[in-house]
Amino acid sequence: MTADRPEPLLSLRGVRKSFGSGPPGSPSRTLVLDGVDLDVAAGSCVVVVGSSGSGKSTLLRVVDLLEEVDDGQVLLDGEDVADPWVDADAVRARLAMVFQQYNLFPHLRVLDNVTLAPRVVHGVRRRDAEDAGMAMLERVGLADRARAYPDQLSGGQQQRAAIARALVNGPELLLLDEVTSALDPELVGEVLDLLLSLRTEGVAGRATTMLVATHEMAFAREVADEVVFLHAGRVHERGTPEQVLGDPRQERTREFLRRLR
Amino acid sequence: MTGDGTWVPSERARARSTFRRAQRRRATLVAGVATAVVLAAVVYVVTTAPGWERAREAFFSPERAWEVLPDVAAGLWLNLRVWVVASVVGLVVGMLLAVVRTSRIAALFPLRMLALVYVDVFRGVPLLLVLLLVGFGLPALRLPWLPVSAAFLGGLSIVVCYTAYLAEIFRAGIESVHPSQVAAARSLGLSRGQAVRRVVLPQAVRNVAAPVASMLVSLQKDSGLISILGAVDAIRAAQIATTGDYNFTPYVVAGVLFLLVSIPLTRLVDAWSARQGWRRELHGVAGAGVVR
Repeated sequence: MTADRPEPLLSLRGVRKSFGSGPPGSPSRTLVLDGVDLDVAAGSCVVVVGSSGSGKSTLLRVVDLLEEVDDGQVLLDGEDVADPWVDADAVRARLAMVFQQYNLFPHLRVLDNVTLAPRVVHGVRRRDAEDAGMAMLERVGLADRARAYPDQLSGGQQQRAAIARALVNGPELLLLDEVTSALDPELVGEVLDLLLSLRTEGVAGRATTMLVATHEMAFAREVADEVVFLHAGRVHERGTPEQVLGDPRQERTREFLRRLR
Repeated sequence: MTGDGTWVPSERARARSTFRRAQRRRATLVAGVATAVVLAAVVYVVTTAPGWERAREAFFSPERAWEVLPDVAAGLWLNLRVWVVASVVGLVVGMLLAVVRTSRIAALFPLRMLALVYVDVFRGVPLLLVLLLVGFGLPALRLPWLPVSAAFLGGLSIVVCYTAYLAEIFRAGIESVHPSQVAAARSLGLSRGQAVRRVVLPQAVRNVAAPVASMLVSLQKDSGLISILGAVDAIRAAQIATTGDYNFTPYVVAGVLFLLVSIPLTRLVDAWSARQGWRRELHGVAGAGVVR
């Protein structure tokens, strides 16, 4: 990371989030994010690692405005989108999220899953949306399954379809929430290969900006510009993948990595 | 990690809370104004109708209402008794029928066919028709052991029809339980019957608690149909009261009494199922937290 790094696309500042009953701050609530700072520069890839329950998913959901924060800032291009007076739908339309469980719409064919948001949210005509959708399915290697229903696809195919659905709107930031955790081991590769190619070749000549929560350390090593280690809702260590995963400074990070082996 | 009592909200967090509170206040205000406008419109249309004066006298006479209240209320007591008995019998027999229909035991095949025919017939025939056929057909057989009171025959007809409806709802509930649940139960060594009783049925009942409850509310109101056989329930009592003077207020009284039972009943069922967590569990479901 150099000093001439551009103004980050996404910045989290002191993000705090708790779940449970009672108002924020009451002792009955569980604190999930405890003052998280994080930057994602346009065109870069930041990978968040940490054990289950460390707050990775919540972090991504906070960015996508699927969760209300207790405190702190979520700055997208310098605008604090965590403020409730900001149009959340407009913000979400600029982002895209891929979920662990794919969350394809089971009643729609693959192509219709991909074209739904362009048609309904962005007002693209059906013909144009389907052309763009087919191009995107081509990109993820699923053009021949465009007319199939999600339950006719393998898990890896479903997840690639979900990635095509997320990318078709040309999101400024792609949020990936443990996208390989629900897949059979032999299907993980095809999804990771696709994500890797989104970094190296990009979409329409532009490398996709990503914020990734994952358990795949090999993948993190390969694609990450920065690795962030989250533990109990706090960032304990951050740096290049070589440093954080290869030569961690914090005992907690070392312990986490030891347990993965 | 719990117990974060040391946190003090930032200026920013307080501004956001203030904004959200203001928005909630605004939503309440909008709801209030919208309600007032609709109510005013309804009152205006009704009270300015050309026939309003006469209609008010014929349908909403307070004196007449007070006069007939004891008779109609006494009739409602019959409705409530029919409702309770029909509910209990319908729930038990309906559940049995559903279990029989979904069972795969070979020896139960004849019973399965019988249940199928029964449900097909009584779900497809209008309740009114069943009432007429049972009410006038069964007494014609002159069976010495069969009670022939209108209340009994009317109640029987309702039981027969609602058992069929409830059986179908329970069957849908049983089929909504994922087969892997049975696999898990059987792998633990539970027998087929134990798996059904301990694992499938509890989940099935939860899944259909809402439609079953709405069926029971609907049964309470349909218990008024026994009046066509001459049983003196709330509706029949009201009808008797209108014959002298063509004042229809007793019908309105009967309607209000039915509502006084069914509305609290519906709310009670809602509250109960919410407390049991019998609605779809949203906690921890991705997307459930979408707020704006």
